[in-house]
Amino acid sequence: MSGPSNYQPGSAFEKWLDTRLPIIRLGYDSIVDFPTPKNLNYWYTFGGILTFCLAVQIVTGIVLAMHYVASAQPFIEGSNISQAFASVQRIQRDVSYGWLIQSLHTVGASMFFIAVYIHMFRGLYYGSYKAPREILWAIGVVIFLLMMATAFMGYVLPWGQMSFHGAAVITNLIGAFPVVGDALRTWIWGDFAVSNATLNRFFSLHYLMPFVIAAMVGMHIWALHVPGNNNPTGVEVKSKADTVPFHPFYTVKDAFALALFMILFAAFVFFMPDALGHPDNYIPANALSTPTHIVPEWYFLPFYAILRAIPDKLGGVIAMFGSIMVLFALPWLDTSRVKSMRYRPLARQFFLLFVVACLTLGYVGAQPAEGLFLIIAQIATAYYFLFFLAILPILGIVERPGNAPASISEAVLKPGAARPAHAAAE
Amino acid sequence: MAEANTAPGMMTPLGHGAGTNEHDASRRDFIFIAAGAAGAIGAAAVVWPLIDQMNPAGDARALATIEFDLAKLELGQEVRFTWQGKPVFARRRTPEEITKSEQTALSALKDKLSRNQGLPASADASDANRVPVGPDGKPKPEFIVLVGTCTHLGCVPVFGQGDFGGWFCPCHGSHYDTAGRIRIGPAPANLEVPKLAFVTDSVVRIG
Ligand code: HEM
Ligand code: FES
Repeated sequence: MSGPSNYQPGSAFEKWLDTRLPIIRLGYDSIVDFPTPKNLNYWYTFGGILTFCLAVQIVTGIVLAMHYVASAQPFIEGSNISQAFASVQRIQRDVSYGWLIQSLHTVGASMFFIAVYIHMFRGLYYGSYKAPREILWAIGVVIFLLMMATAFMGYVLPWGQMSFHGAAVITNLIGAFPVVGDALRTWIWGDFAVSNATLNRFFSLHYLMPFVIAAMVGMHIWALHVPGNNNPTGVEVKSKADTVPFHPFYTVKDAFALALFMILFAAFVFFMPDALGHPDNYIPANALSTPTHIVPEWYFLPFYAILRAIPDKLGGVIAMFGSIMVLFALPWLDTSRVKSMRYRPLARQFFLLFVVACLTLGYVGAQPAEGLFLIIAQIATAYYFLFFLAILPILGIVERPGNAPASISEAVLKPGAARPAHAAAE
Repeated sequence: MAEANTAPGMMTPLGHGAGTNEHDASRRDFIFIAAGAAGAIGAAAVVWPLIDQMNPAGDARALATIEFDLAKLELGQEVRFTWQGKPVFARRRTPEEITKSEQTALSALKDKLSRNQGLPASADASDANRVPVGPDGKPKPEFIVLVGTCTHLGCVPVFGQGDFGGWFCPCHGSHYDTAGRIRIGPAPANLEVPKLAFVTDSVVRIG
């Protein structure tokens, strides 16, 4: 997409098409001949893996929607089991291969988040958010927000106890906003509590959002192909010698990584489809009693921990949203001119601590918010924000970076030569 | 605006002069702004129904009230039912609970407002302001009727746990007393008391 095109239409048909709709040229320039830094490692395969995950969710989701019934009404007169709950049970038991498709979709949501978190930490470590890739990064954060909204609404659909009360807790966050909070919450519910109306609109939006995500992924890749990939050295491509064509070098590398990822995916789907979920969601929703221990899906736990770490209701909500909004500002918060943390001895250590803080938040998010857990959550939350708002801005000024290689080729051909002396641990 | 130029039937020759252009420009500006304004109003008129359709529909709003017979409650018993999709707790309190609740000083409360939809917003959270008022105009402290939605993030508290003999919200640990007032925990406000009206001596209409 960037630079001159090397596409040579072969057949007469390709020539004819190329002067009318150069779609083959677009594909050729984007995924065959695209010049790619020759030193991309396996952390760079997660973009392809994420595209695969989105495709899996869309295909399995469309199939599920053929059998799913979005209704909170009792499935038999007087029953406390809703049609929605019953239809998911029916998918798992009676629909041909329904167990497989349902399991692929549920496990797929978790796999999607595993991949996106790795993808994001990768970007953080190699400084991929820095100029000229700020927009690319911001689109990524938008995709992450859309994914969270999609997964949240999807989790409500089976209308189990966690679905229902999780939806209640999260929509009640909106009520924390002064003045408009109450009206906004009722507007989102479509009733005076989480209800049938809520379930129906969540289904409608859950169906829609993945296609919005797909469109954003298109923009993400467009914004990637203008400056081209960053790479583990953070040194921009200087000459053709620094690159290899995307195909076959990275198509094969991506495919290999994807195969490994699919093994993990399949292990969950076939041997422990419910391991990542919560057993309470197999209890039909009951508006009159909340599960004693209410927790979101694992991929929301760090944010849930931040929410609960702040003793004030509105403050907690602001901190939770702020923890994602700060990512938009990151390209301008990090003042260092060196991109990759490979050559930033101090930043690397603070980064490792940041990863630990995120994992810690995930852990305490699943624990009751009291006593020691609460204190740990507060410390980790403080570090999360300090990392972005204080450490990265200050480090860029005070840190003495190591010597980055002059070019990608130099880094590849003489590994170690350009490393800072104290980077032996990497 | 030059009078002559607007005279009907008077065609200006092409490239006639600056006056004509100015005149056209101001006419175009007007048409442009008028068309833009009409478009914006039209768009707003279409967008509003698209937004408002998400508010509670007529049938949901019609379920505004429900009746409950307090005489059915045994001493110390709590009954739960839903009103507008929200859980409601109706409970008959024991004499000890009533005395204890009545003697609680306002200064000991985290939220000092009654949160009673039947009272002005500024009414204080004394026990008398939380219990139903009978047909004779006197408070009925043996009963308490509450919206069972934790004012923190909307979980449903359970009765009989917590440090104040009332409700406890397991989600993030809010303790309410036997009048449904928040005592400790992250919840900012007392459990809401719905608007209550007695239709007979014991049957109360909620909402
Ligand atoms: C970004 C992509 C998506 C994510 C992250 C996602 C996530 C989820 C999650 C977490 C659930 C709850 C699963 C459970 O607890 O059993 C769910 C359910 C569901 N999703 Fe999706 N989904 C995505 C795309 C789609 C698409 C594209 C459709 C339809 C076109 C769809 C249709 C459904 C249906 C019908 C259910 C309810 C049945 C069930 O629970 O298995 N999803 N989704
Ligand atoms: S919802 Fe009750 S304490 Fe949080």
